[in-house]
This record gives sequence, structure tokens and C-alpha cells, in this order.
Amino acid sequence: MARMSRGQKAFSLFNYLFLSVLGLSMILPILHVIAQSLSSNAAINTGKVFFLPVDFTLSNFRAVVGEKLIWRSFGVSVFVTLFGTLLNLAMTALLAYPLSRSEYLYRKPVLIFVLLTMIFTAPLIPNYLLVKELGMIDSLWSLMLPGAISAFNLFVMRSFFMALPGELIDSARIDGCGEMRILWNVIMPLSKPVMATLGIFYAVGHWNSYASALYYINNRQLYPLQVRLREFIITDSSTINAPAQDAVLTSPEGIKMAVVVVATIPIMLVYPFLQKHFTKGVMVGSIKS
Amino acid sequence: MAQSTVPQTASSPIPVRKTPRDRWSNFRKYKALYLLSIPGILYFLLFKYVPLLGSVMAFQDYSIFKGYLGSPWVGLAHFERMFQYPDFLRILKNTLLLAFYSLGIGFPVPIILALLLNEIRRMFFKRTLQTVLYLPHFLSWVVIGGIAIEILSPRTGIVNNILTSLGFDSIYFMGENSYIRTILVSSGIWKDAGWGTIIYLAALTGINPDLYEAAEMDGASRWRQTLSITIPAILPTVTILFLLQIGHFMDFGFERVLVFLNTLNSQNGEIIDTYIYSAGLLDRQYSYTTAIGLFKSVVGLVLIVSGNWLSKKMTGEGLY
Repeated sequence: MARMSRGQKAFSLFNYLFLSVLGLSMILPILHVIAQSLSSNAAINTGKVFFLPVDFTLSNFRAVVGEKLIWRSFGVSVFVTLFGTLLNLAMTALLAYPLSRSEYLYRKPVLIFVLLTMIFTAPLIPNYLLVKELGMIDSLWSLMLPGAISAFNLFVMRSFFMALPGELIDSARIDGCGEMRILWNVIMPLSKPVMATLGIFYAVGHWNSYASALYYINNRQLYPLQVRLREFIITDSSTINAPAQDAVLTSPEGIKMAVVVVATIPIMLVYPFLQKHFTKGVMVGSIKS
Repeated sequence: MAQSTVPQTASSPIPVRKTPRDRWSNFRKYKALYLLSIPGILYFLLFKYVPLLGSVMAFQDYSIFKGYLGSPWVGLAHFERMFQYPDFLRILKNTLLLAFYSLGIGFPVPIILALLLNEIRRMFFKRTLQTVLYLPHFLSWVVIGGIAIEILSPRTGIVNNILTSLGFDSIYFMGENSYIRTILVSSGIWKDAGWGTIIYLAALTGINPDLYEAAEMDGASRWRQTLSITIPAILPTVTILFLLQIGHFMDFGFERVLVFLNTLNSQNGEIIDTYIYSAGLLDRQYSYTTAIGLFKSVVGLVLIVSGNWLSKKMTGEGLY
């Protein structure tokens, strides 16, 4: 590389500074929230809390942990995320695999049939009435079944399957494998990367979504965590009563922020593992078929 | 048959003659493949096509007791009502304004960010920065809403604490119509700008480094190189993503707006999606809001078709 000119040096310096500030703007708000959740009522109210806890206290978290409904919602979210993601991957793979095989006649019509659903989407009410007719209102199925396959992910998975060497399928067939065995014992073990990537996208989607629960769930016992969190944030008064010994230290803001932290912890825990996968996933997704 | 022992490769299929007998033997031979595809096809039929057919209720006075078949047809009455309704015109204006802002401001940000990131030579710094920039994409809108509302809170929020310590009055950001659009657009940029760079960075790594070396020989400055090599190289990606965005022009996001919406800022903040939720699902004006939803889909469709046509005319690049 050639030596940098003065202008380039100035630009480079500016660039590093600017991007550092930008990076901080992503991190500091999150730190602020964590700091508030760990600070006392008095410290929050006098505006002393910035990015580190002031008057460190766990009382906000104790209040949240003592709340049964939050645990219930946490459980609902975990359940929907786990089983929803499994259902997503199974349903997507079951259709993506046949569509990746040239032996499957009518591939084109089926692909167009799927593609059309990406272009024409029905408004909310007909969707709602369908879920209602199927008897899934106030059932966790309504959070998993209507979104079981994402057409976009289906195309991503299909192009992954198509990139696998066809000889594998041939040799498996010569060894006497049926189609089911081929899918389960040959294709699936090779498909871990795409399953991991799409699994992450599906799982994050389930964990973060609250619209479908808002539409289809009326029973407060079945609220996922995000809906409960929304209640906390929007109804300005905290409905949590702190344990008596903590009453002085807890604050509505502190409790709210503690719930925010609780709702984010699972994502933060898996984020380091996600990162190496999702960049690849976006690349796969960018391949046009 | 002797033929069936010949292995067939997935990549180079034996040409299928389309006589009914061949089809039948193909069906029998690959029965499992066809069976596997049934759940998926049923899924799309039931959860995508049935509601699409159900959209005819926009032309009916739908009643849940009479169903699709028994409800009276009213033609375009709901669409006419839509345009006479001041409420609808207000939310349409909000939706369009927010769409313009997020397209005009939100779309270029990841491109600029990717170009700046691309200039970073220290790999450790770059990696760390990317990790941090991607992070907000994985937070839910409720969490982001919670963070934003807290930071902007008039009493305990950090922004107002800074304002008051500098001698200004504290501002109730969430409680006024004048701030809500800025908050909505900027929170969206905060969440997804970093994420959006991934695809551009991928396009940037695909550029042949020889081009830069040759340009350097010719005495082109870095800025010149960016203009003549980098930008033309990522232009196809930009075009495709822009077209995709156009298709979702009116999809500002229900989940995103609903967390920020309250009675004090809904005048400027309410969009079609949140209106459909409150008027349709909560107030049960089923047919009327379905008409609105259908109107929105048609606008989206027109935009994507005309955008694609325009782009093909001008750049030769298109989605289809």
C-alpha cells in the first residue's frame, strides 16, 4: 500500500472516531438500561444513573423474580421458541427437499405457488378469522402454525440442498436407501449449517414477536414475555409489588428496566454463537435462484 | 425395467417424456418425495391462500354469523367510505410520510456505513465494531421501545437529565406529536443500519483488488477510487435492495409503531397497520379494515411493479 497523504490521514482519523462514536451509541443505551435496573430508587430519581449502577441493589430483580406471571410468560416464550423453531425447520425442510430434486415433477408450479404468497399477502382480519375458525384462539398453536414456513427461508434452504452434490443421493440409492433414509441419513447431517442459520432466524423471530400474541391470545396466563413486557412499558405504573424489605429501593423505572433485561438475556447469551452463523446465512440468502 | 438401475443425478436429470404413463411411474417411483411435500403445500393453501380468498369480505358487509357466503355484497362501499373518512386520510398521510422518511434516510445509511467500514484496516477494530453494530437487530421492538422511552423519559431519562443540567427545560418526547416520527424513524435506523451493512460488505469483498491497484498506478485518489470503482461495483446490489424496499414501502411495521404509540402522539404516529388492529380487531369493523388492508397491498404491488419497470428501463437491473 502506498503511503497515506495528509487528506487520507485526516479521513482515516475521522472515520475511526466517527465509527467509534456510532459503536458506542449502540452499546451505551443498553448499558444505561442495565445500570438503571441495578440502581436504587433514589439514585434513578435524582438522575445520577448513567452507565454504571449507583447504590447497587438487586431489589428490582428480586421483585421481578418474585412475580409469578413473569415466570409464566418466560415459560410460554421458551416453549413457543423451542417448539415453534422445530416446527419451522421440519416444515421448511419437508417442502424444500422435494423442491430441490429434479425428479419431482411440477417443481415450477409449486415454486410459483409459493412465490405468489410473497407478493400477495392477505390483510389482518381474514387471517384472524381463519385462526379463529380453526379454534386456535387462546392456544399456543396460533403462535406457531400460521408462520410455520417462511417462503424466503424455504428458497434459501432449497438452494442449499441443490448445492449438495447429487452423487451422494445416487450412491445412497445404490446402497438401497429409500427416499426417507436419504433425507434423514444423508441430507440432514450435511445440512447443519443451513439448519443452524435458519433456526437462529426463526428462533429470534419467535422470541421477539408480540404481534401474533396480541392478535390471537386473550388469556393473560398465556401471554409471551414480550407482550407482558409491553404492558409494563406502556401502562406507566408498575403492577409488581416489591417484597416489603425492598420497598424503599425498588422503583417503577428500575423494575421496568429489570424486565427489559430479563427479556434480553437469552438473546445476549446466544448472540456470540449466532454471530458466526448469521453472516453466512445472509450470504446464502442473497443468492438468487 | 433395466433403465431404473441407471443412477440419476440430481443435477443432470434424465429428460422426462411427459406421457401420462411416465408421470405415473415417476409418481410411483418417487412416492416419498411427493408425500413429503404435502404438508408444506397444505400449509401454504390453508394459511396463505384461504385468507387471500377471504379478502373478498372487503366487498361485503361481513358478519361472523352469516360467513363469507351469507354476507351481503356491497361493492366498493367500504373503499368509498375510506376516502371520505378524515381519520383514514390522516393515517394514510402518516404512513406515507414515515415510509418516505425511512426510505429516504434509512436506505442510504447502511450503504454509507458499509463504505466507511470498508476503509477500516485494523481487523480487530472492524470485527468488534461489526459485532456491536449488528447487535440491536436482535433486540425485540418492545425492548427497543422500552430503552427509548426510558432514555427519553422527562423525569428519569438520561437525555432530559443532560438537558436540564445544561439549563434547558426537560422535554416530554413521547407525549408530543411533533417528535414521534423522528423517534420512529431514528429508532429504526438504530436497530437495522448495522445489520443492513452485511450485504453491502459482501458485495464490497467481491470487488477485484486489481482494479484498485491499477487505479492507484494511474494516480487516482482514494476518493476517486470510491467513486469510479467501489460505487459502480455495488450499484446492482443497491438497486435490488432498493426495489425490495419499494415493495415494502408501506410496511413500516406494526410491532415497531405500536410500542411507541400513545394517546398523546397518535395524531402523527398512527399508521395503517396499527389502525387496522385497533379499528378492525378491537372494534370489529371487519370489512372496512379489510378494505384498507387490501388497498395497502394494491399500493405495494403497484409500487413494486412500476419500480421494477423503471429500473429495468434505466439500469437493466430488475427483480424479475
